[in-house]
Amino acid sequence: MAESPMLPKMVGQRVKRREDPRLIQGQGTYVDDLKIVGMEHVAFARSDIAHGRIKSVDTSVAEAMDGVTAVFTGAQIAEFVKPVPIITPFPSPDHRAVVVDTVRYVGEPVAVVVATNRYIAKDAADAITVDYEMLPAVVDTEKAMTGQPAQLHKDFENNLSVALLPSGTGVSPDGQTVDDTALDQAFADAEVVVSQRMVNHRLAPSAMEPRGTVAHYEPGHNKMTIWSSNQAPHLLRGAIASMFGMGEDQVRAIAPEVGGGFGAKVQAYAEDYVVAGLSKKLGIALKWTEDRSEAFLATTHGRGIIGYIDIAATNTGKVLGMKLRLIADIGAYNTLFTAAIPTFTTLMANATYDIPAIRTTITEVFTNKTPTDAYRGAGRPEATYFVERGLDMLARKLAMDPAEVRRRNFIQPNQFPYTTQMGAVYDSGDYAAALDLALQNAGWDKLKAERDQAQAEGRLVGIGLSMYVEVCGLGPSAVLPTGGWEHSQVTIERDGRINATTGASPHGQGNETTFGQMLADQFGVPLDHITIHHGDTAIAKQGIGTFGSRSQAVGGAALHLAGGKVRKKMAKFAAALLEAHEDDLVFENGRISVKGAPDSGKSFEEVAAYAYVPVPLPEGLEPGLSEEAFFEPSNNTYPFGCHIALIEIDRDTGEPTLRRLIAVDDAGNLINPLIVEGQIHGGLAQGVGQAMIEEVQYGDDGQPLTSTFMDYAIPRAADLPRFELDNTVTPTPVNPLGAKGVGEAGTLGSTPCVVSAAVDALSQFGVTHIDMMLRPEKLWQIINGGQS
Amino acid sequence: MIPSNFDYQRAQSVDDALTKLAASGGTGKVIAGGHSLVPMMKLRLHEPTTLIDIARIGELSGIREQDGLIEIGANTVHHDVATSSLLRNNCPIIAETAGMIGDPQVRNRGTLGGSLAHADPAADYPAALLALDAQIQLQGPSGTREVAATDFFQGLFTVDLADNEIITAVRFTPVQVAAYAKLYQRASRFAIVGVAAALVINQGSMLRKPTIRSSRIGLTGAASHALRLTSVEEAVAGQAATAEAMAQAAQGAGAKIDDINADLHASEAYRRAMIQVFTTRALQGALARLPA
Repeated sequence: MAESPMLPKMVGQRVKRREDPRLIQGQGTYVDDLKIVGMEHVAFARSDIAHGRIKSVDTSVAEAMDGVTAVFTGAQIAEFVKPVPIITPFPSPDHRAVVVDTVRYVGEPVAVVVATNRYIAKDAADAITVDYEMLPAVVDTEKAMTGQPAQLHKDFENNLSVALLPSGTGVSPDGQTVDDTALDQAFADAEVVVSQRMVNHRLAPSAMEPRGTVAHYEPGHNKMTIWSSNQAPHLLRGAIASMFGMGEDQVRAIAPEVGGGFGAKVQAYAEDYVVAGLSKKLGIALKWTEDRSEAFLATTHGRGIIGYIDIAATNTGKVLGMKLRLIADIGAYNTLFTAAIPTFTTLMANATYDIPAIRTTITEVFTNKTPTDAYRGAGRPEATYFVERGLDMLARKLAMDPAEVRRRNFIQPNQFPYTTQMGAVYDSGDYAAALDLALQNAGWDKLKAERDQAQAEGRLVGIGLSMYVEVCGLGPSAVLPTGGWEHSQVTIERDGRINATTGASPHGQGNETTFGQMLADQFGVPLDHITIHHGDTAIAKQGIGTFGSRSQAVGGAALHLAGGKVRKKMAKFAAALLEAHEDDLVFENGRISVKGAPDSGKSFEEVAAYAYVPVPLPEGLEPGLSEEAFFEPSNNTYPFGCHIALIEIDRDTGEPTLRRLIAVDDAGNLINPLIVEGQIHGGLAQGVGQAMIEEVQYGDDGQPLTSTFMDYAIPRAADLPRFELDNTVTPTPVNPLGAKGVGEAGTLGSTPCVVSAAVDALSQFGVTHIDMMLRPEKLWQIINGGQS
Repeated sequence: MIPSNFDYQRAQSVDDALTKLAASGGTGKVIAGGHSLVPMMKLRLHEPTTLIDIARIGELSGIREQDGLIEIGANTVHHDVATSSLLRNNCPIIAETAGMIGDPQVRNRGTLGGSLAHADPAADYPAALLALDAQIQLQGPSGTREVAATDFFQGLFTVDLADNEIITAVRFTPVQVAAYAKLYQRASRFAIVGVAAALVINQGSMLRKPTIRSSRIGLTGAASHALRLTSVEEAVAGQAATAEAMAQAAQGAGAKIDDINADLHASEAYRRAMIQVFTTRALQGALARLPA
């Protein structure tokens, strides 16, 4: 037969990322690499106080500087930039892109400079002086709920954005009627109750590439092109169009290489709107590049939720009921998803357990801090942390093995699809299988014996375990106001090469590789004959974006459907050429041939060429091979897993060292296990980082204390042990790939298991809970008889 | 994160650098690795009008041994100090200290002279140089001079170095029985507390176990500048060369220092406690280097 090489099946293989050679050799093109003739530069003057009323802004020195094109105050910007929109259905205060009267966090923009280069723009921004009437800074979240020491927004009494929103057992879907019978009964029947206040503190997402925006408005065409380091360019296109009264046909949004997002780059920010608005107003291209100091202040933070948890259980460890009261420190404003993040925490309060009665409430509180929004996991790590730490406390109180307490409460495999008390419908799962594999890989009984031995020798060694389940593959359009589908177009070109697009805009997920693998198998062609395009709304015609671990489960499914449509059409052309029936054809090794008779076939290129010069045109076919598909998932996916940590704490200094981290993750079917492991590595690092070293901190005056990497620690490789990974495979029925998504999984189980391990190590000092992060001094105080 | 405007000049020799420095009229700054200066410039805490780059002056680099003294050129990067076989064999504490600075990027660019001139209160080198009783070589318009480490570190970011002078080298007698121990600040990897201890040992005999004749102990991170822990030095003298005796001698280390730092990462009380812990570790680490 043909000289074509035998092509291996690609899906399921550990294919190295095709993106990496260009990225690690400095050949990627990020927003800041863009240059447009005549382009000028934008810098923002930002508030250096947390709360104050602007009395006056003096821009005269800045305006007089050589190279300064224009300076705008907040009031001037407000003339052409409307308040920054949000997408959640909660009331929200006016959020001006640039402050008009009152600054509400350090870093909030107060004026804007346009200059011929970045240095002049920055010097001019520094030369702007603002005279403030100082107002008290609202820093403590729970104090803020009493309206003290000040109220941030006029119509939001006691600084409440959302107050005591209930959900769970006995609560009607609209939250209007609440029946406490089942919950009260659970707590009345309880033989043991565990109650704890826990702080899931603020984090700075800290993408390697800070944000950046280039806007180029072309007056002759009345068209705007905006490049932004962004996870969802189609949403950005809509946001810019809507802000400036333009049509989506008049705006093109491009997310070129994006150096990490972690949820903080889903939304269009004030800076995006201002740069675009100024480009339109001035008729020139403009660039703004966020520097690292700005990123700590102006890019949304994550987490920042206090949880009050009560667990009612029997003496045998069966959980009867649970209450979870959340208080979220959302910062100064609601941004795009802010108000919705805690709802993901409550949605996942059932965790992996068959808990018969659950009640959650959410209170969201304004403070004089950077706004919070999505950060890797976005609400689910918080749920996992509160519930798993709570179960760990229950296990300790009952003197039970922490694994056994979990096992006694698991939702069983035959209960899926399982509707939780919170209204989620878990698609599939086998939680005991993940637990068993993790215990086996950890050598659980031996590990416990080693811990006991070490403690007998006076060493402070502890182990911790956490299950997790998360909601991924966001999500049906019914629950996602942006739409929950994804889009793809697959084109077989005349020469047989494949161009494919995806609306899921990757920023580190490796979709150029995984999607290429899928098409390579679907068409039986080499991976290097396939290019995956993304991030440009003029090329990827529709899309939602990459967040909520959705790119593979939703975007991959759309690609699969589009590929299937083209394949079907291509088979018809091939059938005409081969005088065979289309259903009898196979696509493999670069050929399309009749099943069982490979020599009978035509090369893939020949069939492609025929489709574009179709003489004769088979009856009922249009020329060409290009098809698109939208995929709307029927439900979310619910990946799960089990993480186990071994920690040792230095008795003299309190320094914690993570010795082992064992992870078993179930993301359903895996397209590329190597990329999956990379995603889990990153997630584990960030989860461990939160437990041990990362924390955004503010002073009593609202000044950020951790606004450089000299004070804000993110994990280095040397801070982490060699991760011990494994996986189980429970495919999801909600998409044709059976893939559940894996981008956020690592951040869920790792945080609670590390903290539980630290509590285990220090339980001899009478401690039952330690709030993160595990500062050496805090642990040293516990060791030396102080409180946590 | 963008510095204000400055001119850049590359110096070809020490004399050339001194000439350029003088010409800058007190507003120039010498730059080598830039790992202390550039961050300060980006935060606009330093706004020099001229940077005089001495990084390519070959005579300022290298590690040499002469007449029983070791000399490290001011331009020598931390990585080269950390991996020098001369130092690892003859004076391991200085290589050990350099290897504990920052991270690989910092160690590949940051220089000894830059660290000393900047004198961050949490820098690692000053503790080791105090323990080694090192001499810091300076050159200015009127010639060279030598300052003992003990006199060099004077206050917060303040050293005995005039605006028109350049650090050219550090010189010390190698010490085998010496070690550095530090508590890392977890973001910056500077020292919350760092202690360097160098011991002079009375060799034991058939009849007599070895004892400590004398010691020098340098402390960094705890106060406004690096300083000697003289009370511990006195307590160590004459003690048996045992781990237990070292722990005993370190009791109350730093108790007399009244300006202990407190910050986000460590309170005053914790730092005080850690001075004792790391003094013990440095002393015991030094003893562990006692030839068998």
